[in-house]
Amino acid sequence: MTEDETDLIDVAPGAPHNNIMSEVVSYVVGLGLALLLTGISFWVASTSVLWGPGIATGLIVLAIAQMGVHLVFFLHITSGPDNTNNVLALAFGVLIVFLVMIGTIWIMSHMNANMGVSPELMNLQMQH
Amino acid sequence: MTTEAATIGLTHGGSEDTGLGHRGPESKSIVVPYGFWLFVLSDMVLFSALFATYATLVHATDGGPTTNQLFDRNLVAIETIALLVSSFICGLAIIAAKRSSMLWTQVWLLLTGLLGAVFLFIELYEFAKMIAEGAGPQRSAFLSAFFTLVGCHGAHVTAGLLWLGTMMAQIWAKGFRQHILRRLLCFSIFWHALDIIWVAIFTIVYLIGTLP
Amino acid sequence: MTLFGRLTWGAIPFHDPIPLITSMVMLLAIAAIAVWVWRKGWWPYLWNEYIMSTDHKRIGIMYIVLGLLMLVRGFADAIMMRAQQSLAIGASQGYLPPEHYNQIFSAHGTIMIFFVAMPLVIGFMNFVVPLQLGVRDVAFPTMNNVSFWLTASGALLINLSLFIGEFARTGWLAFPPLSETEFSPGVGVDYYLVALQISGVGTVLTAVNFVTTILKIRAPGMSYLRMPVFCWTSLAANLLILAAFPVLTVSLALLMLDRYLGFHFFTNDGGGNSMLYMNLIWVWGHPEVYILILPAFGIYSEVAATFSGKPLFGYRSMVFATLAICIISFCVWLHHFFTMGAGADVNAVFGIASMIIGIPTGVKIYNWLFTMYGGRVRFNVPMYYLIGFMLTFVIGGLTGVLLAIPPVDFVVHNTLFLVAHFHQVIIGGVVFAIMAGYTYWFPKAFGFTLDERLGKAVFWCWFIGFHLAFMPLYVLGFWGGTRRLQHISDPTWAPWLHVAFLGAAIIGLGIVLTVVQLLYSIRTRDQRRDVTGDPWDGRTLEWLTLSPPPHYNFAVLPDVHGEEAYWTRKQTAIKQDQLIAEPDYQPIEMPVNTPTGVIVAFFASLCGFAIIWHIWWLAILGLIGAFAIFVWYAWRDDHEHIIPVDEVRANARERRRIRMEHLHTLSQST
Repeated sequence: MTEDETDLIDVAPGAPHNNIMSEVVSYVVGLGLALLLTGISFWVASTSVLWGPGIATGLIVLAIAQMGVHLVFFLHITSGPDNTNNVLALAFGVLIVFLVMIGTIWIMSHMNANMGVSPELMNLQMQH
Repeated sequence: MTTEAATIGLTHGGSEDTGLGHRGPESKSIVVPYGFWLFVLSDMVLFSALFATYATLVHATDGGPTTNQLFDRNLVAIETIALLVSSFICGLAIIAAKRSSMLWTQVWLLLTGLLGAVFLFIELYEFAKMIAEGAGPQRSAFLSAFFTLVGCHGAHVTAGLLWLGTMMAQIWAKGFRQHILRRLLCFSIFWHALDIIWVAIFTIVYLIGTLP
Repeated sequence: MTLFGRLTWGAIPFHDPIPLITSMVMLLAIAAIAVWVWRKGWWPYLWNEYIMSTDHKRIGIMYIVLGLLMLVRGFADAIMMRAQQSLAIGASQGYLPPEHYNQIFSAHGTIMIFFVAMPLVIGFMNFVVPLQLGVRDVAFPTMNNVSFWLTASGALLINLSLFIGEFARTGWLAFPPLSETEFSPGVGVDYYLVALQISGVGTVLTAVNFVTTILKIRAPGMSYLRMPVFCWTSLAANLLILAAFPVLTVSLALLMLDRYLGFHFFTNDGGGNSMLYMNLIWVWGHPEVYILILPAFGIYSEVAATFSGKPLFGYRSMVFATLAICIISFCVWLHHFFTMGAGADVNAVFGIASMIIGIPTGVKIYNWLFTMYGGRVRFNVPMYYLIGFMLTFVIGGLTGVLLAIPPVDFVVHNTLFLVAHFHQVIIGGVVFAIMAGYTYWFPKAFGFTLDERLGKAVFWCWFIGFHLAFMPLYVLGFWGGTRRLQHISDPTWAPWLHVAFLGAAIIGLGIVLTVVQLLYSIRTRDQRRDVTGDPWDGRTLEWLTLSPPPHYNFAVLPDVHGEEAYWTRKQTAIKQDQLIAEPDYQPIEMPVNTPTGVIVAFFASLCGFAIIWHIWWLAILGLIGAFAIFVWYAWRDDHEHIIPVDEVRANARERRRIRMEHLHTLSQST
């Protein structure tokens, strides 16, 4: 089976698609980057290196980066033409996740706010 | 990827694999993992609903324990490393399986499972401790949401370990047949996806949740 | 903790005449049919050829049978409600006390959405999509079988609630806090939750199956833009199932956790937030209605093209509109609870999105109209339903746009106006499409067409019956009539409600006539045999095969060279007065039949029933059983059997011979 044929064929998600060395390298690099990002996350969360209110955002950015590392190095989701279906499915999934989470948070925070009580009273009511 | 046995009933004279449908149905080695990938994505949507629930209820502590009082970052760090390394070793298992190495496949799979069990053990310990302190899921909406979100992930890990055990037995009994390799690939997709969810959990629940 | 949890003899409604008699009648009917089938010696055939089947055509037929049977149950609930509302006006209390009436409207909605509309739509997708794609089966045939049986398991549990226990009294979405243990301590809500969770698994598996099939398994040469529109709409609907059903699973699971383990997601105390349930369930609920309507739109596209004798107008805009509806349907869910208090900003965004989603639907309506315009329209029964749909659905859609305006919605939310709107779009949209598809594809499935005259009578019953039953409700809604009323206090509403009851009765007549049509058509089937396999002069690949198609659909997967693969091939054959060159036949591998699905469903039903009645040991047993059968299935070695080349060749040559004869008749007549 020639290299050309391999390129034209769609690739299964999660399937490593090169020789053994590059396969292992892919996982090692992924592990290294993930460990690094995890370490940074824990560190950022416990020091005041970032400006206070920005820490949450920074942590989310790091999390998204690490998810990307997993997708690329462990699940081998790349942007090649043979991976198009896999990427499209992922994009659709990400869109729905985004809509569900942001939509719910937006709606529920408005609902709670409009319950007609002040925030302190609201917290009190939810904690009685 | 291989161009092995064609898919169900394909007898057309043209070539077998396809990019955009030009050449007929794709082979099973593409189709099966793709279907599983779709299932995993639907599972991500499931977790997103749980995350949304958690975000809505995180302050609904009903006068009870809050995130700051409950979470131990050190334990979480160990859990995280365990699951991450487990995911890495799972990748090594796939590489070994592709090369039909029975010994190494089983070794790496066993290690994958052991590290997953370590993760679960720590998590169950954490849950038991919280329940003993009166911070169980029936205490408040926040705790219900926490136990459900993290517990659902733990339940997925448990199911994964059951699946892993079954796969190890099957490989031992039947060797590296095509359909078994496909299932192993699906398992690895599942296992990596669980680690991706864990990244979101430790970031949002444990780190952001316990910011000063 | 007793051996049987909270199940006692008191669960059987010995003191409630209506459920008691209904249950006895149902049990007797089921027993009678089972004995009759046994006497005729059909059980082995049914077991091997249908129950264990992994053939998408057989599974599709089973889904449709399930849906039609449950339609009778759901309709019975409907006519009981209409009767109650006609009688219980002013001084009279009618014949249904509120506790009973509440169960009936809850069962009506639950059954109609989950066990009528969904199975029917999924059944059509099952039967048609692989044939239209020019392939032999779906991506995962065994999983397809499991999906069906899990759905059937859910239906079984719902029906069990009629004579063991009770059903939910909370409406078809079981809003908390009413659905929490504090206010619904019985088993009703648990039946609802467990049945839906089990069938929900089946539905998600179906979606995985069909998205994979449509994206990865098509005939050679069939690129995306050469797929029939029904396949595009099926793709969109299944993507929606994949995306939305997990949220339903979560919503119902959280409610189950509240009820079974005392969690506090939606309770009044402990910090629970019942509005969160509304939000989550409608995140699922809105895409759900698009899951139902998109395949219906696909059926209309096929019918419009075939019975106008013209290609579908605006194929690409249809595809684009379908995908647009798919995405936007995930951005409108708040319009189901404008009045819950999210505020003007949030309401405005979702209101505008809800109006925008009407635009691609409008594009589709114009495309169907332009398909008919300039064509040679044949007024067969499916065309009746297409026209009836366009008249009915457009008005229903317009009332939807009205409801999308928050200030208007504040007036008519949860009134009979809303009830009329959603029945209009579901009946005008989904039910009419199902009846059209049923008539259109029946000959492909069974080898003979249905009787036309009776079919038209059925149409008129549905069309007239629907309008009589629901137009009055718009008026009553404006007059302040809320939904789910067990008793009507204003006597001036009586004439409107009586007209509505008459409408329901006419629909009932339509359902009866459907049964009559089926029986009569079977009796006289020799007069309407579908000899060629192409009774409607069709345009898509399913009409290439004989009726019914062989197990493997096509002897050789057809080469697709353009849109309307079958039509172009047919026209070429007619022009050249010969079929394409005979291809090389090969033996064909097909998946074996399996009892996995029905056994998994058995254990799922057992486990579900046990969970509902708190019989914990049985629940665990059920789970173990399901897992065991799964492992047993995974361990087998023979997944496929081979159909020998001689059989393939013989069938194919028979088909060619019949088509050749038909060709000669065609060319002689031109």
